[in-house]
Amino acid sequence: MTTPENPSDFLGAPEMSEWLRLEGVHKSFGKLEVLRGIDLSVAEHEVVCLIGASGSGKSTLLRCVNALEPVDAGRIVAGGVEVTAPGADLDRIRRSIGIVFQAYNLFPHMSVLRNVTLAPGAVLGLPRAEAEARARELLRRFGLADKALEYPDRLSGGQQQRAAIVRALAMRPKLMLLDEVTSALDPELVAEVLNVIRELAEGGMTMLIATHEMAFARDIASRVCFLDDGLILEEGPPERIFSAPESPRTQQFLRRIVEAGRL
Amino acid sequence: MARRQGERPRARVAAELAGSRSSRILGGGGAGRSTAVALASSALFVGILAAIVVSSPGWPEVRRAFFDVDQLRRSFPDILDAFALNIRLFLIAEGLILVFALALAVLRGLPGPVFFPLRAFAVGYADFFRGVPTVLVIYILGFGAPALAIQGVPRSPLFWGVVALVLVYSAYVSEVYRAGIESVHPSQEAAARSLGLTRAQSLRFVILPQALRRVIPPLLNDFIGLQKDTALVALIGPVEAFRQSQIEVAGSFNYTPYVATAVLFVLLTIPLARLTDWLVARDRRRQLAAGGAR
Repeated sequence: MTTPENPSDFLGAPEMSEWLRLEGVHKSFGKLEVLRGIDLSVAEHEVVCLIGASGSGKSTLLRCVNALEPVDAGRIVAGGVEVTAPGADLDRIRRSIGIVFQAYNLFPHMSVLRNVTLAPGAVLGLPRAEAEARARELLRRFGLADKALEYPDRLSGGQQQRAAIVRALAMRPKLMLLDEVTSALDPELVAEVLNVIRELAEGGMTMLIATHEMAFARDIASRVCFLDDGLILEEGPPERIFSAPESPRTQQFLRRIVEAGRL
Repeated sequence: MARRQGERPRARVAAELAGSRSSRILGGGGAGRSTAVALASSALFVGILAAIVVSSPGWPEVRRAFFDVDQLRRSFPDILDAFALNIRLFLIAEGLILVFALALAVLRGLPGPVFFPLRAFAVGYADFFRGVPTVLVIYILGFGAPALAIQGVPRSPLFWGVVALVLVYSAYVSEVYRAGIESVHPSQEAAARSLGLTRAQSLRFVILPQALRRVIPPLLNDFIGLQKDTALVALIGPVEAFRQSQIEVAGSFNYTPYVATAVLFVLLTIPLARLTDWLVARDRRRQLAAGGAR
């Protein structure tokens, strides 16, 4: 296992609270270069939103962070452990990083409760009673107490996505990755999921969020990164990115969003 | 005009929905009437077939040779006794196949270059044992393996007959398992691994439970084949139903015992075949209820 190391000798002066750092991350699928040198750092309790057109690399970036996709070049350090090191204990790293997918990816053959208790039991070795208590507490907090014993296909999209968030939270992650979690939802169900995320942000959860919900990003983000063609073209506080973007590509992207009535 | 054109498809859709709710075998339509039509046409069909057979010039001869009631009464108890061996063979082989084939399917799915030999073994195994006729495997193992006279290795032809069936059918069943495993969307494994589950844990808790549910119908289909092939074990000695009927035939020059044995095999497979149909239909209903493709 890779021991937590001080990344300062490699990465320059460390911020005290930095939890995640990406350095020159490259990723290709065949000939298609999806990430072309991403540098990004996320501090504890920070909410960083990734915006940009579909295909700009947002989802791939998130999947690289918890090593669902191996990177071709560059370094990713999460919680002091290098994710990209050869032989890194990925199973252990993933315990502290939760991810929520666009298509929920709940386990369809398990009840909601079992979806939530599976990993705490199998991975953390929590006794069943304890795992269930933790799960029921979370389900209650996110309005799913009466859905605990239902199967995912009996739930609405919004409920499924909240269940998926609860499933990730049950591992008590240090970082949450949200991959366009409202994109598959009917419009009237988006708000209930966004409210959950807002609550997490207010609770101090560190989050890296790929989203098309610009108003939400402006509202919740401590920092916004605009991705274009596999690079972070511009980043800064949401007030500045959304009102006075510097890059012409950012300006063009936001103009289209406004024209589409999404901001 | 325009209104009528709009109505027609809707009426057709309604009719199709009604049809899909009633039995596929009976052919759909109004429940009572379609049953009556199905019965009448079956009776007519069977009647014509029977008339052709019974009126054929050789029928009296054939009836004596194949449908002799006295002969049936004399031979049936022994055949039934021997048939118990077929059932035992089938049950033992089935249990072993379920486990062994799953191991093969899992081997074949192992990732990474380190496991190349195991993957290659699983592929070669499936290719080989699906290619060689079952009869040959039974002969070679049944006569060859005991002849090696290795200390501690059983020499019973029954043992080697079961081994041969397990080897051959595991090749088929492992492919069925593999199809099931591959039918589970990769996003399910991604979700499992992202929670910190190991590969083995995701397989056990997430992938296999979904895969197995999907392959039950094709699995049962393979087992129907296995039930019949237990008769092949007779070729290396054990007296099961087919061999027993051969013995009866040899003593009487009457073929009725063969017919009796055939009927026994059919009776054994019909429940499994209907169970398979029912499971397939139930799956289809569930998918429709869940809103189609998933």
